[in-house]
Amino acid sequence: MSDSSDKGSPLTPAPGSGSGARSSPVTARGRNAFARTTGAAARNDRLFNVFVWAVGIIVILFILGLLFMLLRKGLPQLSWDFLVGLPSEIEEGGGIGPALFNSFYILFLSLAISIPLGMAAGIYLAEFAPDNRFIGFIRICVEGLSSVPSIIFGLFGISLFVDIFHLDLTILGGAVSLAFLNLPMLTRVTEESLRSVPTELKSASFALGSTHLQTIRTVLIPVAMNGIVTGICLTAGRAFGESAVIILTAGVTTSGELWDFNLLSPGETLAVHLWYVQSEAIVPDAGDIAQKATAVLIMIVLAINLVFRLPLWMKARKLKG
Amino acid sequence: MLEMNAQSRVIAPAELGNSLRQAGGDRLDRRSRLKFFNSTFKVICVSAAVFVCLVLFGILFLMFRTGIMTFETVSFKEFFFSANWDPENGHFGALLFIFGTFALTGLTLVLAVPIAVLIAVFLAEITPVWLRGALRPVMDLLVGIPSVVYGYLGLTILIPMLRELTGRDLADGLLAAAIVLAIMVLPTIARISDDAISAVPKKYRDASYALGSTRFQTIFGVVLPAARSGIVYAIILGMARAIGETMAVVMVIGNTPQLADSLFTPTAVLTSNIVMQITSVEFDSTWNYALYLMGFLLLAISLLLIVAVRLLQKKGAKAS
Repeated sequence: MSDSSDKGSPLTPAPGSGSGARSSPVTARGRNAFARTTGAAARNDRLFNVFVWAVGIIVILFILGLLFMLLRKGLPQLSWDFLVGLPSEIEEGGGIGPALFNSFYILFLSLAISIPLGMAAGIYLAEFAPDNRFIGFIRICVEGLSSVPSIIFGLFGISLFVDIFHLDLTILGGAVSLAFLNLPMLTRVTEESLRSVPTELKSASFALGSTHLQTIRTVLIPVAMNGIVTGICLTAGRAFGESAVIILTAGVTTSGELWDFNLLSPGETLAVHLWYVQSEAIVPDAGDIAQKATAVLIMIVLAINLVFRLPLWMKARKLKG
Repeated sequence: MLEMNAQSRVIAPAELGNSLRQAGGDRLDRRSRLKFFNSTFKVICVSAAVFVCLVLFGILFLMFRTGIMTFETVSFKEFFFSANWDPENGHFGALLFIFGTFALTGLTLVLAVPIAVLIAVFLAEITPVWLRGALRPVMDLLVGIPSVVYGYLGLTILIPMLRELTGRDLADGLLAAAIVLAIMVLPTIARISDDAISAVPKKYRDASYALGSTRFQTIFGVVLPAARSGIVYAIILGMARAIGETMAVVMVIGNTPQLADSLFTPTAVLTSNIVMQITSVEFDSTWNYALYLMGFLLLAISLLLIVAVRLLQKKGAKAS
C-alpha cells in the first residue's frame, strides 16, 4: 500500500492537481491551503487519482484498440470490386454489393416511414398535448416501445408479414419492422428538441398573429432542427447496423442483383451479411470477407454519426471555450 | 378523443386562434383555410401518437396470443422449471434460457458497472477540460457501433485471447458473451452516469472541499451519492440493452441448449435461441409458440425495467 503510493507520488499529482487547478480554481486553492495533509486520507486520494486515471485511459484505449485492430485488418484490403461485387456461395472473391445496396435501401425506406410518424408524434407530445392521463399514457408507451428488444420487433415483423399478410421474407417487411424500431427514438428526440426552444420565440410568433401550425412550421422546427438532425443521425446509425430485426424479417439472402428496387425481394443487409459470412457461409475466404465487411460497416456508421454532428460539436466547444 | 379535444381547448385558446377569430370578415376563406390546416395537422399529430401506442400494443398482443398457445401442449411447470430443451422430441423446458439470460446479464453488470462508473467519474471529475472534450465524443461514437461488430470482435479477437489464457479448446460461453456485452454497454452506462455526475451542483463539491475533504472523499462521500439515481438509471438502461441484445451474444455464446454450469460451457440465452431457431420452424407448431412465449418473457422483463425507471424518476423528482 505505502509502497505503491510512494511510487505513485512523483508521477501522479502532476496531471491530477494540474487538472484540478484548471477545472476549478477554488478546489485547488482549498487543497493547498487546508488539505496538504499527510496520512491516510491524502494517500487514499493520491492512490485514487492514479487508479482512476489508469482505469479510464486503459479501458478507453483498450476498446479503441480493439476497433482499430478490426479496421487495420479490413481497410487496406478494400477494393471497388469488393464493394460492388456480387456475393458468392461457393467460390472465392465474392463482394458485398447487393448487401450494401440493401442496407441503404432499407435504411432509406424505414426512415421515410418513421421520420414523418415519429416527428408528428413528437410534435403532438411537445406542442398540443394537454397535461392529463392520456398524455402520460402515450409517454409510457413511447418509453416502453423504446425499451423493447430489437429481436421482438423481428418476431412481430414475422407474424405480421409472413403469417398474416402471407408475404415471404422481404425488403418491405424489414423496412417496416425497422421503422417501428426507430419510431420511439425519433418521437423522443423531436419532443425534447421542441421543448428546448425558448418560449420567447414561440410567444413572439404568436404575437405576430401566426397560427399554431405556422408557428410550428416556421419557428419551432427550424430552431429545433439541430437537435432533430442529431437524433435522426443517431437513429440512422443504429438502424444501419441493426441485424436481428433484418435476419428475421428480410432474410439472409439477396436477390443476387445489384440494383434491385423490388420491395418484395429478400433483403439481406451488410450487418446481416457479416454475421452470415462469419457463422454460416461455406466460402473459403469467409474470414476475409467478414474482415472487409466489418471495416466497411464501421466506416459507414462512423460517417453517418460524424457528418452531421461534427459541426454541432465544434459549435458546442466554441460556445463553451 | 373528444374528451381530449375539449381539454386542449381549455389550454390552447390563448395561443391558437385569437388572431384568426378577430380577423376581418372579407378574408373568410383564408381564415377557414388556416383553421382547416391547423385542425388537420393536429389530427395527424394525434393519430401518429396513437399509432405509436398501437404498435406497442400490437406487439404485446401478437406475442401474447401466439406465445400462450404453448400451454396447450406443454405444461406451465415444464416450460418454466425444466431445463430439457429438445423440441424434436417434444420437450420444451426453457429454464436454461431464462437462467442463461439472467446469469449473462448479472455477469455483464458485474464486469461493466464498476468500470463504467469509474470512467464516468474520470470523465466528469478528473480529466482536464481538453481531454474531456475529446473523450466524450469518442464515447458517444462507441455507443453507436453496431452490435454485430462487437460480436465479430468477440469472435475473432476475444475468444482466441480467452483460449490462450485458459488453455481450453473452446472458450465460447457465458464469460465470453459477458465480456463482449460489457464492452458494448460500458460506453452507454459511462456516458449517462457522466451526465448525472456533471449535473451535481458545484456548491456541494465546494462545501465538501471547504470541510477539508480530499477529492477521493468528496467523490465517494458527496458526488456519487448525489448522482445516485442518475447512475441507477444508467445501469438499468445498460441492463435493458444487455438483456435484449441478440447478435453480439449469438456469435460468442456457443448456441447449445444446455444449462451453463461453468463460465466456459457453451450455452444459449432467450434472444440467441429465438434467432437461431425461428427461421427453421413451422409457424403452427408448439416449437414456434414456445419461441414466441420466450419473446413475450423478454418483452415483459424489459417493460418491467421501464416501470422501475419511471418509479425511480418519480422518487428523484420528489427528492429534489
